[in-house]
Amino acid sequence: MTTANDTAKRRWTRAGSASAGLARNVAATATTVAATLLGLLLVTFFIGRVVPIDPVLAAVGDRAPAEVYERVRLELGLDLPLWQQFWLYLQKALQGDFGRSVLTSNRVLDDIVRVFPATVELATLGTLVGIVFGIPMGVIAAVNRDRWPDQLVRVFGLVGYSVPVFWLGLMGLLVFYAKLGLVSGPGRLSTGFEDIVDPVTGIILLDAAMAGEWDVFGDAVGHLVLPACLLGYFSLAYISRMTRSFMLEQLRQEYVVAARVKGLSEFRVVWRHALGNAAVPLVTVVALSYANLLEGSVLTETVFAWPGLGLYITQSLLAADMNAVLGGTIVVGTVFVAINMLSDILYKLVDPRARR
Amino acid sequence: MEIQNRFAAAAFAAFVAVGLVAGPASAQTPRDTIVMAKQIDDIISLDPAESFEFSGSEVVANLYDRLIGYDLKDVTKLNGELAASWSVAADGMTYTFKMRPGVKFHSGNPVTAEDAAYSIQRAVVLNKSPGFILTQFGLNKDNVRDKVKATAPDTLVIVTDKPYAPTFFYYCLTAPVAAIVDAKLVQANVKDGDFGNAWLKQNSAGSGAYRLRVWRASDQYTLEANKAWFRGAPKNNRVVVRHIPETATQRLLLEKGDVDYARDLSKDDIAVLRNNPAFAIESGNKGAILYLGLNQKNPNLGKPEVREALKWLTDYDAIERNLTAGRFKTHQAFLPIGFLGAIDDKPYKFDLAKGKALLAAAGLPNGFTVTMDVRNVSPYQDIAQAIQAQWAQAGIKLELLPGDGRQTLTKYRARNHDIYIGQWGPDYQDPHTNAETFAVNIDNTDDARSKTLAWRNAWDIPAMSRTILAAVQETDPAKRRATYETVQREHQRTSPFVIMSQQIEVAVSRKNVSGFEIGPSFDNNYYHEIVKK
Repeated sequence: MTTANDTAKRRWTRAGSASAGLARNVAATATTVAATLLGLLLVTFFIGRVVPIDPVLAAVGDRAPAEVYERVRLELGLDLPLWQQFWLYLQKALQGDFGRSVLTSNRVLDDIVRVFPATVELATLGTLVGIVFGIPMGVIAAVNRDRWPDQLVRVFGLVGYSVPVFWLGLMGLLVFYAKLGLVSGPGRLSTGFEDIVDPVTGIILLDAAMAGEWDVFGDAVGHLVLPACLLGYFSLAYISRMTRSFMLEQLRQEYVVAARVKGLSEFRVVWRHALGNAAVPLVTVVALSYANLLEGSVLTETVFAWPGLGLYITQSLLAADMNAVLGGTIVVGTVFVAINMLSDILYKLVDPRARR
Repeated sequence: MEIQNRFAAAAFAAFVAVGLVAGPASAQTPRDTIVMAKQIDDIISLDPAESFEFSGSEVVANLYDRLIGYDLKDVTKLNGELAASWSVAADGMTYTFKMRPGVKFHSGNPVTAEDAAYSIQRAVVLNKSPGFILTQFGLNKDNVRDKVKATAPDTLVIVTDKPYAPTFFYYCLTAPVAAIVDAKLVQANVKDGDFGNAWLKQNSAGSGAYRLRVWRASDQYTLEANKAWFRGAPKNNRVVVRHIPETATQRLLLEKGDVDYARDLSKDDIAVLRNNPAFAIESGNKGAILYLGLNQKNPNLGKPEVREALKWLTDYDAIERNLTAGRFKTHQAFLPIGFLGAIDDKPYKFDLAKGKALLAAAGLPNGFTVTMDVRNVSPYQDIAQAIQAQWAQAGIKLELLPGDGRQTLTKYRARNHDIYIGQWGPDYQDPHTNAETFAVNIDNTDDARSKTLAWRNAWDIPAMSRTILAAVQETDPAKRRATYETVQREHQRTSPFVIMSQQIEVAVSRKNVSGFEIGPSFDNNYYHEIVKK
């Protein structure tokens, strides 16, 4: 005979084991994240130290006299053994101090806070473009397999994948900015709109909207359209291809046949049932493509004079500005890990089985 | 099927809508604002005591005044900026400056000799990259408060450690490191005894034509006109310089009218815009010298006949005509045109027969194999390839080793190169800056403290070094000039440097703007005369 008390106890034990499981999960995830980031730091640090570039030279320039050179070498701690340099760096990094950038002479963290929102803004809009156009295109291609819409989407995607972004960016500027005047030129804002809105989030669209400065907002949109569409084109190429293959797999399933036999409209079968199931693996695809864009696209940022993370890390790397490179690497690494975890959660929300 | 078509139509409509929302771009810069597109990612600091990069020097020059400057058309003529007059005592070591009366800093504080003394003291004590320009006169952090003093509110006295050529001392004071800062304002922003260095990186405290409104590294700086400038208010209200890394993008912005000046256009872009009446081109001689350094540790390059042969085998005219026109012009001596003692002799031109004969005399009638470290950017790569082809005619196999700038420089400074193609810009407007680096090597050992270009190429020249070091103490300007001329002619004959050309700076503007002054140094590119019609 089961008493109410027993039931409660059993429930409690089950809850207990569940929370223990959760704790184990969290601990495991935390360990993985920590190990990933540590590995990332270690590799970047040692690569940075073995490249044949003198970091002191990057800091003081070619003309500095010997005393200045020597003083800065000591200041940078380059006289210490490599493992000790790494240990010192790690200790500071754990306290949130990534040191100062040699190139900008700012604290690396401040620099990243300044450049990262620019990249986030561009990457987010780019990914939105990729999703909004890429998924329908993939679906259409799958439904019309091997007929002209499919070929069209495939060629369109292939071009997006294989044409150098540098060239495409310049051509885009030449046509839409210089010739047609449909969009604004390089940079995040036109000269007349600079410094009107105080940066709160660093994402100009958000800042302008919060301040109610709709002129600034409109100007920012004009500057964003082209690079965002360009980045969107690249993620579109990837997303549409993956959508196509996921959809083909779904359309072969028996439930699709069953749905059709039941007399559901083709629209419901394709867009509701098949796409609903294809959406599960798509979450990962979209997340990865977003994470890729968040690293910052060096070439796009160069062509569009976009002061983002990609440009920052590349410039720092070329200047052997290791504090900045390491700081940037940590940010990129953290973003990757965070987005992966987020996509795991989303996965569970989208997947009906995982929800149960 | 129908549904999918509808969807495609919707997608297309959305694409068009996005384009329309963006609207047409406004393609005019504000009337009172001058906008430039330029590569400014080399700026590390805007503190005059620290700034030592090309772009940074230009900003400092527009924010601060110095004690003395020179005539941009004729650098031998010094003129007073914040100093009204100056003189040197009979001992050749005590310099006295009378300050110009009635000049005010941007803050409203009057400019006094105290400010001048403080400015030089802080530059010496901080001793950042450009600090040596002042410390080479025997000033250091222990003695500078005694050696640099305001003896009256309008009188500054500086005492050097021994007599120098007065011109040498004066020209060094025209460098940005000797710019005069607002002592009261800077002292109010000192943190942990840093002489306000952290604050001055991002702020200005000068008396110059402009004050700094904002600087964001690798993004943009904005200068605001100082209407009360002692030489008269600038002709524009604001100058905005945006970092545009890609030169093709700079050209688009200029053509579209979103910038008034493009500062880093390629030779081909300049050639196209030169013929377009909508644009104007302003240019000026710059001090940078393009040269090849031949490492004397390489046994072949160490032979005098080989050094001379390479000078005859390089086709200077072809390089200028095909690769560098409008950016560099042929020049073959270590002092750039525009300096005291500069010579315009061009003894070398491409002569295959002479080159081959010299190689044969060196015992290398069939040439030899040698490497060259090349920065992987224009124009170095193109020039290196041209030289490769030219030397090949005499049987020399030149292997090019491309690398990032700091990477090739690291190797060069460690003397691990065979041949290095590089550029050298003067640190200040006195001939000693280039003479010292190209013709002084007092310690040719590997761990020498002074890494002059002569040292980097392991060129052991005790006699020439002594002559150059004596020249900075020559008080007679005519004799001093003669020394540099003689040394340069000997240098042309014997040195392991194939000096090829001198830089020209070119700025392309829209027709309706004019007045940008391009001086001989990066610290005298001035904005205050720019007007927009």
